[in-house]
Amino acid sequence: MSTDADPVVRAHRVSLRFGPRVLWDDLSFDLHRGEFMAVLGPNGTGKTSLVRILLGLLAPSAGTVSVTGRPPAAVRGEIGCVPQQRAFDRDAPVRGCDLVRLGLDGHRWGLGLHSRASDDRVSRALAAVGAAAYAELPVGRLSGGEQQRLRIAQALVSDPALLLADEPLLSLDLASQRTVVDLLDRRRHEAGTPVVFVTHDVNPILRVADRVLYLAPGRWAMGTPAEVLTTETLSRLYDTPVDVLRVRDRVVVVGTPDADGVHHHDHAPAGPG
Amino acid sequence: MFTELLGQHFVHTALLAGGVVAVLSGAIGTFVVTRGASFAVHAISELGFTGAAAALVLGFDPVIGMMGGSLLVGAVLGLLSLRGHERDSAIGAVLAFGLGLGVLFLSLYQGYATEATNLLFGSIVGVSDRQLAALVAVAAVVLCGIVAAYRPLLFSSIDPEVAQARGVPVRALSVLTFLLLALTTAEAIQVVGVLLVLTLVITPAAAAQRLTANPATAILVSIVIALVATEGGILLSLAQPWPTSFFISSISFAAYLGARVADRRLGVRFGDDAVG
Repeated sequence: MSTDADPVVRAHRVSLRFGPRVLWDDLSFDLHRGEFMAVLGPNGTGKTSLVRILLGLLAPSAGTVSVTGRPPAAVRGEIGCVPQQRAFDRDAPVRGCDLVRLGLDGHRWGLGLHSRASDDRVSRALAAVGAAAYAELPVGRLSGGEQQRLRIAQALVSDPALLLADEPLLSLDLASQRTVVDLLDRRRHEAGTPVVFVTHDVNPILRVADRVLYLAPGRWAMGTPAEVLTTETLSRLYDTPVDVLRVRDRVVVVGTPDADGVHHHDHAPAGPG
Repeated sequence: MFTELLGQHFVHTALLAGGVVAVLSGAIGTFVVTRGASFAVHAISELGFTGAAAALVLGFDPVIGMMGGSLLVGAVLGLLSLRGHERDSAIGAVLAFGLGLGVLFLSLYQGYATEATNLLFGSIVGVSDRQLAALVAVAAVVLCGIVAAYRPLLFSSIDPEVAQARGVPVRALSVLTFLLLALTTAEAIQVVGVLLVLTLVITPAAAAQRLTANPATAILVSIVIALVATEGGILLSLAQPWPTSFFISSISFAAYLGARVADRRLGVRFGDDAVG
């Protein structure tokens, strides 16, 4: 029986390799109730792979991961997922309320005739994210921000033990980005659900993140945002001079090898091959 | 003449067979259209033709050959679970080769050419009592499959990434969808023929999705459109001796056009212009 003091996620000496390429080695962390952990870093450093490992969809090359004390694959139904916003087909036969309901019982067999209790849960989840007004409209005709609110309701409706958000802010306007972050932040304060938030842009989550896991090619760093987002830490991480500037409330990272988002340098530790 | 025909046993059999096929096609169509797999229906149907032609040459029941061909392609497409352009080009390549084989088999076949025409364009009035029994049996299997797996089928069709994260066996359900589709296609071929399967499997579902966004309602509306098209087409072909498939596809297409027009008006209510 787990207690509140036990970590919800425990990663112990986890490595991820694809062939000779090492994405990260010896990654260990505990995530406790109520914590908001941001996973930062450029493309190709295994941010999404980390999410897949936490879902039990991908096995790490070495090390162990547990969620609420169990192997991730055994807990999958208790993890809420907020994916990237993606365009739904304009004619897709699914309304906001259907999308949320699938998060509640879409994995169960049978027709799933609506019960009073499940209807209530769906309406509460819709109300909690402020999506009740457009719950009956086709999802394909809603804005990206509206769709992401529904995604959060879909993730929360099953009352998850852990929330995983994989780039949920992509292609959203600033107001919608703020809404998404605020909704997840509120949830972890009110219900204690810890959040793992994958993003390539730190600024939207700077004011809520307790902790940052920064993945760079072949290496990682972890700590509070103030500890990790420094010129020293990132220069060491990237093994090249990197400047972290603070402009008003924003953090700007200058000089990372992938700064233009086109070429990626892999700094895999020297080894055969 | 028309009322006389209505009393005929073969007409009753045709109406029953058409009804069974319409219910199946309308139901599975919603999942297929939602997956964006309309082109796959065509491939499964054409390979059903190849299977049937092979069966004719080898001297066994073409319906069995058709089922075999459809199921084989359905299983392959389901296992590959390709998406987008890659799937379209793979399907196109397989489809063309399959048709080529079918043409070879037909040229080797020494029997009646009408068998081939029936396969391509349908022969609803030629359905025997034994065929009807087989249609009903297969339909029962497909409908049980849809009902039993309704929620995960819908989840994995509409929202595959999150469905997978929630532990839904997305790949297995892709295979299941295509197998159910293959069985449905093999049934529909017997009514409207290889070349017109889309008119029952895709058109009603596409029309229904223009009228409602409620998934359960979309399936029911799709079934109703398929039923009206099939039964209406059979009855019209009794009054006017043109091919049944022509009437079925015309009614089905009229429903699709009507749904698009109706949808344009609904679009205003949905606030289409506000989409960002």
